[in-house]
Amino acid sequence: MALSKEQIAQRIAKELQDKWYVNLGIGIPTLVANYIPKGIEVEFQSENGLLGMGPFPVEGTEDADLINAGKQTVTVLDGGSIFDSATSFSMIRGRHVQLTVLGAMEVAENGDIANWKIPGKMVKGMGGAMDLVASAENIIVAMMHTNKRGESKLLKKCSLPLTGVGCVTKIVTNLAVLEIKDNAFHLLERAPGVSIEDIQKATEGTLIINGEIPEMNI
Amino acid sequence: MINKKVNNVQEALEGVKSGMTLMLGGFGLCGIPENAISELVKLDIREVTCISNNAGVDDFGLGLLLQNKQIKKMISSYVGENDEFERQMLSGELEVELTPQGTLAEKCRAAQAGFPAFYTPAGYGTEVAEGKETREFDGKMYVLEPAFKADFAFVKAWKGDTAGNLIFKGTARNFNPNMCGAATITVAEVEELVPAGTLDPNQIHIPGIFVQRIFQGTAYEKRIEQRTVTPKS
Repeated sequence: MALSKEQIAQRIAKELQDKWYVNLGIGIPTLVANYIPKGIEVEFQSENGLLGMGPFPVEGTEDADLINAGKQTVTVLDGGSIFDSATSFSMIRGRHVQLTVLGAMEVAENGDIANWKIPGKMVKGMGGAMDLVASAENIIVAMMHTNKRGESKLLKKCSLPLTGVGCVTKIVTNLAVLEIKDNAFHLLERAPGVSIEDIQKATEGTLIINGEIPEMNI
Repeated sequence: MINKKVNNVQEALEGVKSGMTLMLGGFGLCGIPENAISELVKLDIREVTCISNNAGVDDFGLGLLLQNKQIKKMISSYVGENDEFERQMLSGELEVELTPQGTLAEKCRAAQAGFPAFYTPAGYGTEVAEGKETREFDGKMYVLEPAFKADFAFVKAWKGDTAGNLIFKGTARNFNPNMCGAATITVAEVEELVPAGTLDPNQIHIPGIFVQRIFQGTAYEKRIEQRTVTPKS
């Protein structure tokens, strides 16, 4: 069965490594914070100027002056810190943040990503996404394998305006875990009960299947 | 001590005219200069260019200026919370320059720090880089981005003193410190204005040299856009 959004987040959380600073985008990526593997230390960075971001505040203690990049009220954990926007992006551009997890509308087999604009339709802006994808050492894209019309989001070439070029290295979808290298999607894992044919059918870009592809361990 | 204190928002906004370029601090509705925005609506100046990470919501923050059709051009990174903004942009009434968030912050900081431009990897290969100079450093491509030029910067701090020194609170800090000294005149509004000598110099976030006018703000609404809480157990 295809993964739920929670399960996609759960699978991505397995990629977290000890002592990493991590930036989580809005949507599925935010959920990753709920599944930090036991025994490792990670800190979450929110690009509006917060490191050591904690969970939502207990009802009644929320503070209008303490939000995350999704404008949600949050808390700061012990050892956390607060800073201005330029400093925040110094952390990001300066590669002091080890992992970025974000959503996407399209990803191409060369690692291009599009997630900020549908011409003539949706105009929300890129926020911090262009800075994040241009700079991160590790980028994991969390998304559904296909869009609402059932069309593949893993393409030969992005059709929407790009957010960044050649930057995505890993994708976790509701159907699979894939790695991007040598201009192709390499299938690493399948969602439980999802066949290689299902994944092939939902992938427009070049899909490389090497040997036995294991099911994800969720 | 050079006294930066002005008596009220009217004095603080003296000289603001139609057609000017204005910087406004804040992230979403967090840390926005609420008093300055209300006064800009009252002054009814027109055709302004606003540099601000977001455009408020329909009925608060910069959304108030948008509703009043006072803004000619917005320079922002994310405008997803404002329907009126999207409508004016798609209909062509409003000019919009969407800028990556880190680039936006750095264009402020560069203006503050006296750098005419800087190279950033953000936006390389995208429409943001169209028509801009690009250059390779150590095998990676970068885009040349110029510093902002603005007439006024409106910022909001938690505490300030009559010398213009500022302390911010929580993530209401965001773009506010980067905009101080990045425009010809920086106007700071604070929740608590104290006499010079009251604040610990070691704890100052922005030294008064970057601020031309400071005033005691009033009636802060501090709206929360997304109230997310965990229930009391």
